Amino acid sequence: MRIDLRRGAAAAAVAALAVGVAACGGGGGGSSSSGGGGSAKSSAGNLPTSIGQGEGQLNLIAWEGYTQPEWVKPFQQQTGCQVHAKYAGSSDEMVTLMRQGGGSQYDMVSASGDASLRLIRGGDVAPVNVNLIPDWKNFIPQLQSPPHNTVDGKHYGISLQWGPNTLLWNTTKVAGTPTSWEAIYDPKYKGQVTVPDNPIQIADAALYLSKKDPSLGITDPYELTEPQLDAAVNLLKQQRPLIKKYWALASDEIDLFKNGDAVIGASWPYQTNTLVADKTPVKDTIPSEGATGWADTWMLSAHAKHPNCAYEWMKWVSTPKVQAQQAISFGETPANTKACPIMDELAKGSCAQYHANADAAYFNSIKFWKTPIQQCGNGKNDCTDYNQWQQKWTEVKG
Amino acid sequence: MLLSAPAAWFLLIYIAALVVLFLSSLWTVDSFTGKLVHSWTLDNYKTLVENSTYRTIALRTIGIAAAVTVTDAVLAFPFAFFAARIAPKRLSAALFVAVLIPLWTSYLVRVYAWRLILAKDGILNWTLDKIGLGSVNVAYSNTAMWIVFSYIWLPFMILPIWAAIERVPDSYLEASADLGASGWRTFRSVLWPLAMPGVVAGSIFTFSLTLGDFITPTLVGGAGSDFIGNVVYRNVGVANNVPFAAAFAVVPVIVMGIYLFFARRLGAFEAL
Repeated sequence: MRIDLRRGAAAAAVAALAVGVAACGGGGGGSSSSGGGGSAKSSAGNLPTSIGQGEGQLNLIAWEGYTQPEWVKPFQQQTGCQVHAKYAGSSDEMVTLMRQGGGSQYDMVSASGDASLRLIRGGDVAPVNVNLIPDWKNFIPQLQSPPHNTVDGKHYGISLQWGPNTLLWNTTKVAGTPTSWEAIYDPKYKGQVTVPDNPIQIADAALYLSKKDPSLGITDPYELTEPQLDAAVNLLKQQRPLIKKYWALASDEIDLFKNGDAVIGASWPYQTNTLVADKTPVKDTIPSEGATGWADTWMLSAHAKHPNCAYEWMKWVSTPKVQAQQAISFGETPANTKACPIMDELAKGSCAQYHANADAAYFNSIKFWKTPIQQCGNGKNDCTDYNQWQQKWTEVKG
Repeated sequence: MLLSAPAAWFLLIYIAALVVLFLSSLWTVDSFTGKLVHSWTLDNYKTLVENSTYRTIALRTIGIAAAVTVTDAVLAFPFAFFAARIAPKRLSAALFVAVLIPLWTSYLVRVYAWRLILAKDGILNWTLDKIGLGSVNVAYSNTAMWIVFSYIWLPFMILPIWAAIERVPDSYLEASADLGASGWRTFRSVLWPLAMPGVVAGSIFTFSLTLGDFITPTLVGGAGSDFIGNVVYRNVGVANNVPFAAAFAVVPVIVMGIYLFFARRLGAFEAL
């Protein structure tokens, strides 16, 4: 029996090698099977002019909390499109899921700005006709055609909600009121700082440097040449001894502040509101240098099997009522300006809490996430891309 | 005879997956289009060797895996010895269930529980404070990871050792005593050599499970606690660098290959 097993194993190994080489040579890795061909087809003026009959089903990849029964049930009743949501925990997961099954397994994805350009460039998502979404006109101007989901005038999805990356601190442990991002690079908070565990955090360092050291010439924190990237990375490496933990989930940061392990850091309004509700003495602010912000877009798959239901969904979640419901439920800011009064109806004071009624100056101080790519806005191609940011981030964490 | 067909099928799928992993590590990704470039290159491995960050991460992963293995062996052996040889049958059965019950709860629940225990104002510091030992700062650190891993994989170390010790016939130990050996001598010359394969078998679990983990470092680790798995996870997805992730994933495969080679020589496979 032993000999049989050994011979069988050897034969299997040789066969496996042959299979492996054949599979690789032929199809290539699954990660980029839906390449340029897909996007060329759908961007060749195939935008629908009206929403057709619903297909009865809709498969979504969503952040947890984006498909609550509160607004999914009425949608299903009204359109007959049964919603199946797959929750993803990170942008990496979303990109990987969208590419599964040749890209046709899911119809839509609620991608954040750090991943949306990756999906567009990979040909995984298709342009949408914003004229079919009546509430698009009511979005804040900065989110109607933002660079993270609109390329060459084509809209690759509908902005949904957004949030700023704020400076959060514990009012009893931090003296005074910090007004600059300098606070999270200050050695006096050694071992008590926390920032997000995301390579896009390099943009936050770049934003700070763009004001602190104008000679670097940083105009867009997501378009960094190699010397600019190195400067930002150096700053982050200097910050590393001050960091208690790079938080991966919002609940991580909430625990860090609640248990006193961190006293200052980069955060979202959701954490502030949760901590305050829990009687932890914290406050947040957008420092003088401005802040980065994340913004989510519902993107349509280039190989969507249920495009009509997808358009119905985009229409539905853009309406003021659903925007307000989702904003309060999740803890973010709606893109639709008409959602503010409804937010205050549902939860008094929430509109101001989440800056849904803020003025243009506030929005202009937010630099929304977008995937770093080599093409700089000025026509040159010497900017660093996300791949390099990822490697540098790994070096920073060490 | 009966097993060779399904075993061969299993090997085909398993080894084919490893072969695909290895082959993709020899490719690169075109940063402009994001597509795989099917030309053979050792660039990914060059980056791993030249950039000291990856060496640090690999050594940290292997180091903590080794520490967890030793810790679990030291904790599990007395427990298994007591449960197998000294405890009366009823107690022995109860202990067996007690060892297994944590495995029925979610991995995440157990890790989060430790996060609360080790937090700055958690139970550990509260207890140390009460007995006058001040407080420690182990939350979100490599030490915290070591503690959590040791706790989570302990059942995997206890069970093989227990099985190995139970297999040692009473007559051997009695004969050894009859020949005039002291308790320690009997342990050293009779019990330990027979139980050791169980320890090695358990160590395969604790070492390999720690080597490949990426969830505990994310939840309980600190600023510099990345494991190989974390780097692999982050390179697949938005970074779109599957070949590099594959190259780094080959490292634990090689480490485990070497480990299993020595484990086999020490007789672990018979103990399993």
